[in-house]
Amino acid sequence: MSKRKPYVRSMDGWWKKNPYFVEYMIHESTALFVAAYAFILLVGVVRLGQGEAAWNTWLEALKSPLSIVCHLVLLAGAIYHTYSWFKILPITMPPVIVGGKKLAPEVLTGSALVVAVAAGLALLGLVWRIAL
Amino acid sequence: MTKIRKRSNAPIFWGLFGAGGMLSALFVPMMIFITGIAIPLGFLLPAGTMSYPKMLAFAQNFIGKGFIFAIISLSLWFAVHRVYHSLHEFGIHAGFGAKLLCYGIAFVSTVVSAFVLLGLGF
Repeated sequence: MSKRKPYVRSMDGWWKKNPYFVEYMIHESTALFVAAYAFILLVGVVRLGQGEAAWNTWLEALKSPLSIVCHLVLLAGAIYHTYSWFKILPITMPPVIVGGKKLAPEVLTGSALVVAVAAGLALLGLVWRIAL
Repeated sequence: MTKIRKRSNAPIFWGLFGAGGMLSALFVPMMIFITGIAIPLGFLLPAGTMSYPKMLAFAQNFIGKGFIFAIISLSLWFAVHRVYHSLHEFGIHAGFGAKLLCYGIAFVSTVVSAFVLLGLGF
């Protein structure tokens, strides 16, 4: 084995030098927020399966101030996930042709965001209906 | 002799990623707001919205069960796929172990949620 130790430039924090990559890293990390919430929900499902007492402990745990703060942080992360997911939609999906012309990316992102808001409100409305 | 070409399994994981990313983009913010903020604070939604009988009935309903399962499972397939492919950006050269860990988390969670939800009956 060679005793030479060639200089290898460190790549640590390479993305911090360019705002484009900083945004990229932020939107990629929103996956962790979504995952964290999925785990909270998974625990809820398991607790539901264990019966009423277990379920009520889970509901009670969600009332702690720490939980509320965590959920506010998760909410911010999830909203950013929604925004960034639809922002890159024009790149990730095949071009949409309307009247022989490619649909502008802003139109696609904008309409997808409108759909997302509508889906969220529909879910809230549905939960409301079930609750009454 | 004809060479048997091994088909890639990437489209399966990519498909789960796409479905999970889309589903979570549409519903997860409102889900977080409902279960983590509105219900615990007793705000906006009627009291007892997530009481045991109501939630059990919801999870026993075919659509309710499917919705909970899809949110948990697909969100995790989305998240682990993204994390796995981001490891490189942080200078981690992900090998088989990392892949097993990432997709394993989603797989185990999928199985657990399916098992519990099916166990609740219809």
